[in-house]
Amino acid sequence: MEAIINMALLTLLGVVTLAIVVQRSLLSVVILTSIYSFLMASVMIVLDAVDVAMTEASVGAAVSTVLLLGALYLTKSREETPRRSRALPLLLSLAVGAMLVWGTLVLPPFGTADTPIHQHVAPRYINDVMGEVGIPNIVTAILADYRGFDTLGETTVIFVAGIGVLLLLGGLRRQDPEEGTPEDPS
Amino acid sequence: MNSDVILRVGTKLILPFILLFAIYVQFHGEYGPGGGFQAGVIAAAAVILVAITFGHSAAKRIAPRGLVEHMVPLGVLIYAGTGVACFFLGGNYLDYGVLAHDPIHGRHLGIFLVEIGVAVTVSGTMVALFYAFVERGR
Repeated sequence: MEAIINMALLTLLGVVTLAIVVQRSLLSVVILTSIYSFLMASVMIVLDAVDVAMTEASVGAAVSTVLLLGALYLTKSREETPRRSRALPLLLSLAVGAMLVWGTLVLPPFGTADTPIHQHVAPRYINDVMGEVGIPNIVTAILADYRGFDTLGETTVIFVAGIGVLLLLGGLRRQDPEEGTPEDPS
Repeated sequence: MNSDVILRVGTKLILPFILLFAIYVQFHGEYGPGGGFQAGVIAAAAVILVAITFGHSAAKRIAPRGLVEHMVPLGVLIYAGTGVACFFLGGNYLDYGVLAHDPIHGRHLGIFLVEIGVAVTVSGTMVALFYAFVERGR
């Protein structure tokens, strides 16, 4: 059953990716990217990574789609046909893709329990989390406690990135908050 | 202002559930999937939904621009401040065990505070970016 779901999801992912490449209307590309994120979230659920699936669905499919649509509103909504030859970028992409596929060949089979990543710190977290942190969701315990520094760094990254984009868009300029029309540009 | 009655009524119906779900994801993150990041994004999505359906100024009455922009650094301050508090209570930076009498309780409190910090920064950033795009488009 899981194999069938996986095959269906991965096939759809491939189809959506091809559609994104072929599509010239940027509006369609944004919608297709959103669909891609929903499919990715489903894949994450099949892999039992519910926290990641939730993030992918809320950030990838919802908010980033809205922000991309907002960006589209400021620019043109059709992709220009490239002036130069596309042979070199295509070759480069194919080469990188081939290298990645080559890299996966030496990975251990999917779901193997005795790989290094499952032998190192994971058993310690699983065994000691209730005694040390007392939180049933090990993912939260790792993110907020064991690796609190990483999460502090991530929050700082969001802060810095947000401030940077706001400055680029001129959104931090002081202005009268009630100025302008009440109409929504959408 | 969008005049589509289905959109407007639908938005009003679904809005409390989105916000409730954001709160659930925030405070239940220790037991189920979720946490500050997801909750922040879901809460921001509620504000963005109001902005899309009822217009930019309606959303600003719920989440004023000044508040949203101050939330962006405030969350990082809450997070880093929790670390500094641990520091002054005799522990290491971000070692939550010293925050309460019992190390387990201290860790619960620390994770609670830190997740709130993440949610504040994430939701503030998302809504502030949305406002910036909308105002730029005028």
